[in-house]
Amino acid sequence: MAGFRSTERYIASRDLEVAVNAAVTLQRPLLVKGEPGTGKTVLAQEVAQSLGHRLIEWHVKSTTKAQQGLYEYDAVSRLRDGQLGDARVHDIGNYIVRGKLWEAFESDEPVVVLIDEIDKADIEFPNDLLLELDRMQFFVYETRKTISARHRPVVLITSNNEKELPDAFLRRCFFHYIRFPDRETMERIVASHFPDIRADLAREALNVFFKIRDVPGLKKKPATSELLDWLKLLMVEDLPPEVLRSTDKHVVIPPLHGALLKNEQDVHLFERLAFLNRRGG
Amino acid sequence: MFAGFILSLRKAGIPASVTEYLALLGAMRAGVADYDIDDFYYLSRAALVKDERLLDRFDRVFASYFKALEAPQPTEGDAAVALPEEWLRKLAEKLLTPAEMAEIEALGGFDKLMETLRQRLAEQKGRHQGGSKWIGTAGTSPFGAHGYNPEGVRIGQDKSRHGRAVKVWDKREFRDLDGDLELGTRTMKLALRRLRRFARQGSATELDLPGTVRATANNAGSLDLKMVPERHNSVKVLLLLDIGGSMDEHVRVCEELFSAARSEFKHLVHFYFHNCPYERLWRTNRRRAESEISTFEVLRTYGPDYKLVLVGDATMSPYEVNQPGGSVEHWNAESGEVWLQRLTGHFRRSVWLNPSAERGWNATMSTGLLRSLMEGRMFPMTLAGIESMTRELSH
Repeated sequence: MAGFRSTERYIASRDLEVAVNAAVTLQRPLLVKGEPGTGKTVLAQEVAQSLGHRLIEWHVKSTTKAQQGLYEYDAVSRLRDGQLGDARVHDIGNYIVRGKLWEAFESDEPVVVLIDEIDKADIEFPNDLLLELDRMQFFVYETRKTISARHRPVVLITSNNEKELPDAFLRRCFFHYIRFPDRETMERIVASHFPDIRADLAREALNVFFKIRDVPGLKKKPATSELLDWLKLLMVEDLPPEVLRSTDKHVVIPPLHGALLKNEQDVHLFERLAFLNRRGG
Repeated sequence: MFAGFILSLRKAGIPASVTEYLALLGAMRAGVADYDIDDFYYLSRAALVKDERLLDRFDRVFASYFKALEAPQPTEGDAAVALPEEWLRKLAEKLLTPAEMAEIEALGGFDKLMETLRQRLAEQKGRHQGGSKWIGTAGTSPFGAHGYNPEGVRIGQDKSRHGRAVKVWDKREFRDLDGDLELGTRTMKLALRRLRRFARQGSATELDLPGTVRATANNAGSLDLKMVPERHNSVKVLLLLDIGGSMDEHVRVCEELFSAARSEFKHLVHFYFHNCPYERLWRTNRRRAESEISTFEVLRTYGPDYKLVLVGDATMSPYEVNQPGGSVEHWNAESGEVWLQRLTGHFRRSVWLNPSAERGWNATMSTGLLRSLMEGRMFPMTLAGIESMTRELSH
């Protein structure tokens, strides 16, 4: 069957393709987890593109409420208008602000909805969306109207595992865990992003990259997005691959490491281990 | 069609439900995985497993269940039984951690284990068509007891015997993620939920509609907005776990608490110590040198608003608490007492959770010492104890 496939810019493993296609076919949400920086959010853009749908992104924050995705009743405006004697005040519908899911449900063409980082929100957030995602409809209390989806949208949900999600919610989803790509896949990913990178530079950079990922005890292991940033920097600076292989005793840490290691404890740890290695070697 | 498969999954502790089973069947009917066993594996994984920590378990059940569907098994004189010992040993070494190896050593050493393994394989020959080939003995065998499953050795699947590649699910790539201890944590979870205090912190952020209506009415109709603080889960917890030594019999209870705690807080950090916290802590329970972290760094990194929970049986020599150099493992320049006071002084709320039975506390001197150092805030690891602990922490 036709469906979602790896594209030139996005390398998807076969299991990811199957999971996406199952979710699209059965019109159920797909929950995607994985290390930060392994392309969870980008996946939604690629799925939307390959299906030819519009993408509606709903980025969840710690203060986001499930209700905000449906609609909000702007009571403050209405109270103010009431005091100013504005005629708009008689129609409560004027004060209903539509949320992302409403937008998706009302759309004339099928859309892809991304609910990004669902684990950032309060623990009750996923539970509050159960029925809405199941039936793809909700009731607007203020206007006594039911909004149902014209086309069931494809729903992609990402999570960074900061909180566990409730079982009832999980049962309604398909699930995919994006594993960290192995070396071979990583080479394909690099090639797809930088078709004209020098082969030796890519090889040396990947060596350094996987070496850093192997350092035990790093707070934040660099992931695909960090590698791509770093490569971009290396290419802009036009550094020769020899720099990455440097055996200079004074250079213990790779150039432009700021793109890979994101906090000073990690940099410090890496320096210390690299120093010990040099001394041992 | 796959009802038996779902049942095996449930037996293995993967909470696959009827909804999910129907979803899988629906996807099969829609042709998501057409006549391709790999695609079927991916599809059933996406439909039935919702937690990456269970992926490894799923792989194992999948392998054992669909074994029965596979083409000819070697019959008499099964090569598995006559496997060279070196080969088994090498595989096992690859799969076991040094700590597990040590445990096996305690059980009579490797030769004994391999002997048992061989016996087990021989016994299992008769049963393997039933779909329980390499699984099922885990509960009773020494292998299972240590998380060492014979199927982990993958005797039926090696390239050299069947001349074909190892199956995707047999690669068991999600091994590292399997670290959960869900069974029996339900009651702990209930108690720990008390910690989910909906703290009303920070400035006013949300419109209090009923309050505003009331205030506006009181105000003779001119608008008077009332705000309430946003409700969110803001509990941050720093867990320090005693690991090794006199703690060993309690490690399991401890880990249960830990796996229960993990899901309840926005910020949960954990470190390990041995007997009493000193100048360094460890990030992993193996307490390796590279996972060391200085206690000062912990104090610097985590603010006083973190709630400190020490978990340990508090059973040790009194010197380990009150004497410099009293540690059994290294020379500590400052006594455990000093370090404990530093910790309890830094964090506004701190408690000691003691998994050993409360009635025994009086019998050990160190427990009394630590209890008075904690100013009485030592609680037993029972539902009631955890309740008192959470009450203490959420003051």
